[in-house]
Amino acid sequence: MSLILAIETSCDETAAAVVENGHRIRSNIVASQIELHRPYGGVFPEVASRQHVFDIVPVIARALSEAGVDWADLTALAVTAGPGLAGALLVGVNTAKAIAWSRSLPLVAVNHLEGHLYSNWLDEGDRLTTAALTRPTLPELDAAGQAFPLLVLIVSGGHTELVLMTGHGQYRRLGATLDDAAGEAFDKVARLLGLGYPGGPAIQQAATSGDPTAFDFPRALTTQPEHRFDFSFSGLKTAVLRQVREFGETALPVADLAASFQAAVVDVLIAKTADAAAEFGVGRVCVCGGVAANRALRAALADRLPGAVSIPPLFLCTDNAAMIAAAGHYRLHRPGPTGLDFDVEPDLALPVEA
Amino acid sequence: METYEWTCETESAEATRAIGARLGQLLRNGDVLALIGDLGAGKTVFTQGVAEGLGIRVPVTSPTFVLINCYRAADGRVLQHADCYRLTAASAEMWDIGLTDLMVDDQILIIEWADRILDLLPTARLEISLTYLDANRRRLVCRAHGAHYIELLRQIACTDTGHTVPELTDVACA
Repeated sequence: MSLILAIETSCDETAAAVVENGHRIRSNIVASQIELHRPYGGVFPEVASRQHVFDIVPVIARALSEAGVDWADLTALAVTAGPGLAGALLVGVNTAKAIAWSRSLPLVAVNHLEGHLYSNWLDEGDRLTTAALTRPTLPELDAAGQAFPLLVLIVSGGHTELVLMTGHGQYRRLGATLDDAAGEAFDKVARLLGLGYPGGPAIQQAATSGDPTAFDFPRALTTQPEHRFDFSFSGLKTAVLRQVREFGETALPVADLAASFQAAVVDVLIAKTADAAAEFGVGRVCVCGGVAANRALRAALADRLPGAVSIPPLFLCTDNAAMIAAAGHYRLHRPGPTGLDFDVEPDLALPVEA
Repeated sequence: METYEWTCETESAEATRAIGARLGQLLRNGDVLALIGDLGAGKTVFTQGVAEGLGIRVPVTSPTFVLINCYRAADGRVLQHADCYRLTAASAEMWDIGLTDLMVDDQILIIEWADRILDLLPTARLEISLTYLDANRRRLVCRAHGAHYIELLRQIACTDTGHTVPELTDVACA
């Protein structure tokens, strides 16, 4: 049995988790979601390297105690080495190195995006009814030699990427956004429409009473062969802005604008994902990242993709350490522990097969 | 500190990008560029031009969520691309995550929504305010603070970017 403690501090969240055999979550702690013993009161910044310093030790202690494990039970440590903010990454990486050195544990450096890919490999142990899981699970398919090739759509505030997994640690980056990420477009259009933050749920709510065909917003890069699997949402944002300006002082048809915008995003995501799934003959598509919570996207994935679709629960779609542990589990097997002499890599790219 | 201002209007996203590209060719390590402008004003398009001018070949994507993106040009120059849009206490948060550590001699720093962190910026800098005029047209007001940036701006203002639009509309030395 492998038992991995993972640490994730690449951006806003301080997170630690213990995962068994690469898929069973024993604990999954995210600092912003629990009451920690805060060193001071007042308003907390959304992002701060110092906050990671304050939170990292209690978060790790909580991850171990909730999992019911001791240092001696651990097989290895995994930590996010990049991409992300240098100062934030340093807190996690140096903490992990210190623990690995003092406890003589192997340490695996993990790419944050690789972590997102592996969020699909996690189950929730005893806390989820089996009916909610797509059966067979990816680890089960993997054991039967049927997991790959696997297509993964990462769609969040910071990323929009299509990745083909041909094996563990073997990726092809098929395409990515050339400007704004899909989640960012939701947030910025929500602001243009005077809706709240975060923009994803606000747009979704406003769109329920709107007509998705009311405005013909652009579906970018759907006809250019060299950008067949790339995305662009900046022009869509500007198209909504133009439409809003055209209304001037007149009351905005917010519901129709929101529904039409959402339909444009979903159309592009689905069209490119379906195209890639067909091109590479994948049996299953995994979707991860915060935008995977969007109901219109989920409905379209179910209706318009021919094969099986896996979407992890929302708490695994946002930044967390369980996914880093899952990726670390497979990296520990191959290529093996990273050692202690690696550095943080703020601009780290997803490792691609040669 | 001496300030020099130059205003131009661009007729298309390509023209905005072209001015950025011209600037990118002229930038040297240690330069700090402050971009100011509302959603859709063209800040990211302008930055994509700067990166193009620097010889960066990978797509420059929005750093709104990840806050800072880092790019390496073929000649070794490093472009740090930061964005204060989503921060509520932008100065404190950007300071805490180390933005001021990037204002060093061996990197180029470009910041979107820089008006939110003016107190963090060096007094010598190039400020570019972008305004939405219509679907395609944007106004760029460039303010150079300090001799180095004034020279930089003079060179951009005197250069034909290949687009006929960006003409000199206002030159003021204060």
